[in-house]
Amino acid sequence: MEPLRDEVVHASALTKTFAGTNAVDGIDLSIRRGEVFGFLGPNGAGKTSTMRMIACMSPRSSGDLLVRGLDPTFAGPEIRAGIGLVPQEDALDSEMSVFDNLVIYGRYFGLARREVRARAQVLLEFAQLADRASTKVDHLSGGMRRRLAIARSLISRPELVILDEPTTGLDPQARHLVWDRLFQLRSEGVTLIITTHYMDEAEQLCDRLVVMDRGRIVGEGTPRELIASTVPREVVELRLNPGATPALLVALKDHVERVEQLADRICCYGEDGDAILEAVIATGIHPLSSLVRRATLEDVFLALTGRQLIE
Amino acid sequence: MIAILRALPMGPTVTLSWRRSAHVIERNVMNYRRNWFYLVSGFFEPLFYLLAVGAGVGRLVGTVQTSGHSVSYAAFVAPGLLASAAMNGAIFDATYNFFFKLKVERTYEAMLATPLSVMDVAIGELGWTLVRGMLYAGGFLAIMAVFGDCHSYDAMLCLPAAMLITLAFAAIGLALTSYMSQWQHLGTVALAVLPLFLFSGTFYGLDAYPGWLQEVVRCSPLYQGVALLRALALGHLSALLLIHVLYLVLLILFGLFVVSRRLARVLTP
Repeated sequence: MEPLRDEVVHASALTKTFAGTNAVDGIDLSIRRGEVFGFLGPNGAGKTSTMRMIACMSPRSSGDLLVRGLDPTFAGPEIRAGIGLVPQEDALDSEMSVFDNLVIYGRYFGLARREVRARAQVLLEFAQLADRASTKVDHLSGGMRRRLAIARSLISRPELVILDEPTTGLDPQARHLVWDRLFQLRSEGVTLIITTHYMDEAEQLCDRLVVMDRGRIVGEGTPRELIASTVPREVVELRLNPGATPALLVALKDHVERVEQLADRICCYGEDGDAILEAVIATGIHPLSSLVRRATLEDVFLALTGRQLIE
Repeated sequence: MIAILRALPMGPTVTLSWRRSAHVIERNVMNYRRNWFYLVSGFFEPLFYLLAVGAGVGRLVGTVQTSGHSVSYAAFVAPGLLASAAMNGAIFDATYNFFFKLKVERTYEAMLATPLSVMDVAIGELGWTLVRGMLYAGGFLAIMAVFGDCHSYDAMLCLPAAMLITLAFAAIGLALTSYMSQWQHLGTVALAVLPLFLFSGTFYGLDAYPGWLQEVVRCSPLYQGVALLRALALGHLSALLLIHVLYLVLLILFGLFVVSRRLARVLTP
């Protein structure tokens, strides 16, 4: 694989080994300028390890990696100068004010004090924290901290921003505020890499994504492509009385394309969900509840790995 | 010294830049702008010791013999207290403060996502300890001079010598702390520092010990610092003092070597 001109990240057979286990197991990646690229997978899939290698914060064990056209092994500081990172734990300076957090971070990039103060003002507006400039970080809510971490990652005007689980632990309102800010960044042409284990987040935000499981890439494409190529269009979720499942599965055999049995429900996949539900009712077996919906990335993940994203 | 630092085996991603290290010091200065009281408070501990032991106990002791000269007890004990203060300040920064930033705040993880490298972080933290130690040592020396405990202009050399002691204990403290995983481990530091403070010749000369024990105490890093500062403060210069200097420099390099490798392993696995 030869790197392309507009590639921000290029990896082939990229591997990370911890104590004899491959956390990342020979993956190929091509992330292009200006796109929002997602890593979707459960905890422990190797998303964070991959992200840390791309951010030049962890050396690769084997394989090739180019970030911004440079090799992290030899050009760590140069590459990091053009990357903004939003770590999962925020890692803010909790004793310092919101404003000072932005200022000192800009200083790490070698920016002049005057310049960094001006940028910090703009970023406070962007993060909707302008009225909190002198508040100690200790006193911020989780959503505010995350927005500050995002603002901080932008102080160097990076061409690539990497966000590790950007909305984990946030309430729905705070989550939408973060998404809103990320949409704005995308519209400004910033390349975003997002790791998440929320399929709705991946579906909403990502232009393209890879599904990771146990260190490998098991699926790749746009959210639509991935759904269309992996699972039928619609799903009927059924909750049944214990013991009713085997009989129902036999009766439905000709009506569904695939069935997934989960701990608390079964999912029946087909092109027409209503038709499947009618077939269920025709069997005379009454489900405790039923739901017809479109297939999502959650179903893609289930089909690709046989497991649920959040277990 | 710079050449040696650059030659340390650090790996290709562990590059060093003095300018980047300076930003680590800047961060600590910004952090203490809001907590200046804690910064100033560190100045008083050695001062209280000087008053209680130097002026108070000194009155009972009168004069003591050191290197064949007779000096007041206050003049004898003051350089020892300066060395101990340099040690204590460095150890506090390099253990509790460093651990907090390393494990609790994850300050360094945020730093390492920028152009800063682990070596920049290690040198920067040493630099900050040095800045802080210089404030304390400078203040203490001024008070020693006021009390008449500095017997020659050579005593001005006490400042760089105290810096050397600060750096040595900071480097060793950082190295040890990088191996610690919980707060309780830091308790062992106090266990090591207190006997060093009490038994390294700070309060009395080595002749109080039997011969074999004198040799053991001579190996203690604080003794090296106390002996160096006492000779400088009292104006007893000799080429042999360079041995103390060399000992402390080696300690700094050893500590830096360990901590930069440990940080690379812990922070950029």
